[in-house]
Formats: sequence, C-alpha cells, structure tokens
Amino acid sequence: MDGLKERIDRAVQRQPQPTVTILSSLLAVEDELGYIPKEAVAAVADFNRATVNDVWAVVSFYPNFRTNPPCARRIEVCWGPSCHLVGAMAVLQAVLAAAGLEDEGDTPDGRLSLRYNTCLGACAQAPVMSLDHHLVGRLSPEQAAVRVALSLEQAPE
Amino acid sequence: MPSDFAEIQAEAARRWQALTAADRPWLRVGAALCGQAAGAEETAAALETALQRRGLAAPVSRVGCLGLCFAEPLVDVMLPGQPRIFYGRVTPDLAAEIVDSHIVQGRPLADRVLGCLYPATAADSAGAAADGDGGNGDLPDLNRHPMRSREQRIALRNAGHIDPLDIYQYIANGGYRALHQAVTGMERHEVLEQVNVSGLRGRGGAAFPAATKWRFLAGSNAPVKYILCNCEEGDPGAFNDKGILESDPHTVVEGILLAGYATGANYGYIFIRHGHDGPIERARTAVAQAYELGLLGANLFGSDFSFDLEVALTGDSYVSGEETALMEAIDGNRAMPRYRPPFPAQVGVFGQPTNINNVKTLAYVPEIIAKGGEWFAGIGHERSTGTAILCLSGALNYTGMVEVPMGLNLQEVLYEMAGGAPGGRELKFIQTGGPLGGVLGMAAADLALDFEVFRNAGAILGSGGIIAAADDCCVVDLTRVLIAFCQYESCGKCFPCRMGMSHLLEALERICRLEGGPEDLALMQSVGENMQAGSLCGHGQLGFNPVSSALRYFPEEFAAHINEKRCPTGRCREPYYSPRLSRR
Repeated sequence: MDGLKERIDRAVQRQPQPTVTILSSLLAVEDELGYIPKEAVAAVADFNRATVNDVWAVVSFYPNFRTNPPCARRIEVCWGPSCHLVGAMAVLQAVLAAAGLEDEGDTPDGRLSLRYNTCLGACAQAPVMSLDHHLVGRLSPEQAAVRVALSLEQAPE
Repeated sequence: MPSDFAEIQAEAARRWQALTAADRPWLRVGAALCGQAAGAEETAAALETALQRRGLAAPVSRVGCLGLCFAEPLVDVMLPGQPRIFYGRVTPDLAAEIVDSHIVQGRPLADRVLGCLYPATAADSAGAAADGDGGNGDLPDLNRHPMRSREQRIALRNAGHIDPLDIYQYIANGGYRALHQAVTGMERHEVLEQVNVSGLRGRGGAAFPAATKWRFLAGSNAPVKYILCNCEEGDPGAFNDKGILESDPHTVVEGILLAGYATGANYGYIFIRHGHDGPIERARTAVAQAYELGLLGANLFGSDFSFDLEVALTGDSYVSGEETALMEAIDGNRAMPRYRPPFPAQVGVFGQPTNINNVKTLAYVPEIIAKGGEWFAGIGHERSTGTAILCLSGALNYTGMVEVPMGLNLQEVLYEMAGGAPGGRELKFIQTGGPLGGVLGMAAADLALDFEVFRNAGAILGSGGIIAAADDCCVVDLTRVLIAFCQYESCGKCFPCRMGMSHLLEALERICRLEGGPEDLALMQSVGENMQAGSLCGHGQLGFNPVSSALRYFPEEFAAHINEKRCPTGRCREPYYSPRLSRR
C-alpha cells in the first residue's frame, strides 16, 4: 500500500483530462482519498503553481470537500423540496435514529458519515438517499432505517 | 476502423440490424439516475443471470430514461419480429419470471405489461414485422399511456431507446448526419441562420434567443473561442439535463459541435457536478468514442473545421450553474459570479470569448439542422418555439420527464399526463423553475407553457422542473425549505444575498415555529427588496421569489401561522432538519 504522499501525487499528476486546475486536482484527490488532507493542499498548490491560500480558498468553498477522513460508510439523504414534500424529514429522522446521530456528521465510532444533500438527481423517485454512492429511492422511514442498520453491520470496526 | 462518414454510417446500420433484426431477443433496462434509484442494476443483473441459466444469448442493454420514471426499473423486451413490450417496476424476481415466461415460452406476463411500442422509425421496422403482432393484440399501446399521449420528442428522441454508451446506435438512428451535412455542405452563417429561423431560446432559464447569443461569439476574431455546455443542474426538482446526458450524450456532443461550427469556436467543455456519476461517465465515454471515429479532433470530414471537447467537473455549488460562476469553476476557482461587462462573448473562460448554452438548448440543434429551422419554428406557441422538457416530481401519480409542445396548458400536464395527486388527494400548489422560481396556487397554474405567459403570471418556466404538492402540504413549510436551500447555496460574494438569505430563513423559521409576528413579514419584504437591488446574479436577485410568490397565493396560510399561531396542515409541528454548514 502506497503512503499518503504517493497517493496524493499520483492522483494530482495523473489526471486523465487535458485541462488541469486547482479544482480538478482537488477533485482528483477526493476521488482517491475521500478527503483533502493538508498534505494535498500543499501538493495541489505546487502542481498548479498557486499558493496554499489559493487552494484553501477552493477547498473551503465547496461543501463536498472534507478535510478529515470519512467513515467507512457514507450516507447522504436528500432534503430538497421534491423529497421534502413526500416525506424526506421522516426518512431523515429514521436515518438519524438508526445511526445514533442527532444531526449530520460522523458517528463517534467512526463507522458512518451522514450528510444532507440538496439534490441527488432522482427527484421522480423521491424520497431518495445514497449509500456509498448507490442511490435508493421511494424510501419509507422503515426501509431507510433497515438500510442504515445493514450498512452499519457490514462496516468494518 | 471506418474512416469515411458513409462507411461509419454503414457500419452503424449493420450493427443496429444485428441487434434489432437478429433471431435473438434484445432487452433494455432503464438505467438513468431514476432507474438506478429504483434498483435497475439489480434488475439487469437478475435478467442476465436468468438468461444465462436458460442458456440464452440475448444482449441486455442499460439504456437511459424513457421518461416514465414512476415505473422504473423499466424492462423493455423485444423478441425477433415482435413489437417492444415494456414492464414497469421490475423487481429481480419479476425479471426472472419475464425471462421464463415471456422469453423462453413466448408468453408475455399480460397483467404486468405497461404497454407495447410498435415500430415507428425505419430503423426499428427492420426488426419487427409492421403490424403482424405475435398475439399481443390485447396489450395496451404505450404511446396511449397518459404520460406519453401528449408528447412530441425532439431532444429526447433517442432517450430510453438506444444504449448511451454506444456511438453506433446514435449514428444508426440518424446521429451526426446534421453535423456532416453542416460541415460539408453549409456555410457557417447558414447554420447560424437556421438556428435563428427556428426561434430556439435558451432552456437554462433565461430564454435568451440562441442565435443572438451565438452571433456575439461569431463576431469575435479571437483565435481561441469556447463553447460551454452547462449541465451543473443543481436545482432540486430538475433532472432533464442529467437525463439527456445520461440517455443520449451524443446529441449533446453533436449540438456542441454545430454551435462550434456556426460560431467559429474550436474548443468546448461539458460542465457537470462532481458526484453525478452516471452523466459524467456517459459524457466522458461519448467524447472518447467521438474522437475514435474522427467526429471530434482535427479537420472533421476532411474540412478545415477542428474541435476539441472535454468534460469538466465542479464541486457542490448551485451558483456554479450561473454562466460567469461556471467559468470561474472551469478556471479552477471558487464558483462566484463575475461582474458584467465584459460579457462572456468578449471575456469568458480562461479570458477568451465564450458562449454558454444549457444541455437542452444544444440537444435540439442537431434536429434543427437536419429538419430545418422552419420545422422547429412550426412547433410551439408564439415566440416560444419547439418543445418544453419538463421534470414532474412530488405528489403526482406519474412522475417523470416529458417533452411536450410549447403552448400546452400546464394543468393538462399536471392532471391529464401526470394524473394529479395520488391517494385521492387534491393538488394544492406547484413550484416551478427551480428554487428561485416561486410557488403557484393551482388556480394560477392555468397557464400555457410559454416563456412570456409564465413571466407575465409572475412565474418562471425556467429549466422545466415542476414540483407538485398535495393538500396535506404546508406552503410556509415548503417556502422555508426553498429558502434554506437558497441560503445554503449562496456563494457569499454579495452581502445582500449572503446575509439576506440568512435573515429570510430566520424569519421563516420563526413563523414555522409559530413564534413569528407581522414584523417578520415587513422584515422579509425589506430584506427581499435589498437582495433584488444589490446582488450580482440571479441567486440574490430572484432569491425573494419563493417568499413573495407564496405570500401572493397563500396569504391566509401565513396569517394562520402568524396571527392564530397554528399551522393548518400540522406539517410545521414535525421535526425539521437542514444543513447548518454554509460556505466559508
């Protein structure tokens, strides 16, 4: 297994698309690691001939960037208007209860990260959530709780 | 690899024939975001397993969105010489049953069939005998389904029919013919003139005439000019841009190429939000395949026209759909709008002249060039030519994506096509044109689909998202959600928007907690006016729309919360969560 630095360098240096920018480099790191460690901020600044300040400006702007490692399981629940009108809040409540959380964030045992999403793009299947990037629609609160429990069971300690 | 376009077309026709006129079945599964959320991958895998178990060689294609999202996962079975038969809500168990009964024994599961499609195009009829159905006479015609009955498909003509990962299927159905015709037989200004005659207007929300915008760029002599295709689409309730890109990415690529030819631009970007994996993967594959066949790159069809295209991604940011913010994001920066002037046609992405169009706008262009601007102008209503591509979500019997001629009445769409509210409820209000578009009462929804008619009614047709609410929903509660979205998504550049959204949200939260007073209405009015006057882009300028429109149509509901301290539907008593993090 490569070290953090090697993985960052590889992600930044081997972007497949012709246009490379600060933002594209950060997205490449996120795809590789799931977060932006401070080592990556320096590497992205170097590679793009920018300052660390320039890079932090971009990292802090887009809420999809985390600066600490995500948990093993990542759940996003849509709270946008389409989902809201057909029961997103009840789903969210069930997911929070099943995860043992009071609001979005990481569980204390580090097994599950929960984020509210503004739109997962499958509005006709509302309410929608995503489990490790896998979309699930037309959820009842009960189904959502079962999915979360299953996902937690399968999560490494 | 074929080099000449006629050879490519012949190869595409041969491959299509092999799929549709072979002696084996062809199965298609709807696998756009809507299909995936309904479990399309599990269904497709179950079909493949069942076919394998029976020793049957039949291709299973993951296609895009047919528009009938409510029925996903949708499975489309075409047996040799027979019409296509569609099953809705196919679970893995039902998938195995379909293979056993329909494919092996030739007996469709009549009670599970959503409808049949009889061959319509020349390419299709190669596969199926024209009227000689195989005993399917009792199965309903899918085109008579309420959701399809009023449709006229132009941009969505291939959606749900072809494999979006196969360029040859697009070419077999007439793809890249318009580009070939334009580059080899038309002057650049003639292409622009056809778009002008068509009356095509921007489908991203502003409804600006496409040809006028293109002319700004065509007038620049700069050596490097860009065409941007905007698929940021962060609006909740809108999924038609992603839907087109996922279902038929090549019509977008061809539209971008035609825009490049008409304006003399040689570079392009398709701009998509990171995380929308389906549209990203399919757009990237489409671009790579077009390069392989020489439909992108240097000297297309041996002409002096060259074009390079790539897919660029943004992080989560609704405002990055605004044209100048989008350019900032492609440049790699924070997606914050720029001052105008200079306008993008002078100074755009990387400081070069740039034209930006929405996915839907560009997706129309190949058909406009192939069939002529007059043909497109003949469809629609007054100055709103062509079709409207609508996303129907919320409390409706049939949710999905439809393409209907402009001029159709919105109530017909909601009640006849989408079947009204489920569970015997009544529709109460709709939300159109994205979160900034506003809330309309049902009486006010008696509107023709037309940019001017909508604008005069104080609504926005926008990019076509329509969210419907039934009579158990609270208008004040939904307005709070809309403003919570707008507050979360404010980029923070202009303080009237950054702080105004927070003030609006706090006032609405007080009203929802039944702690608001009349002074909150006055505060929102004053904050809203300042946002409108003092913000650089539409996010702040239109940010008061959700509140002002909701107040206009449902003053009594706000009054009940404020004066009588009660929520008529009880919705505001339920727990409510929203993101507390904003942009830093």
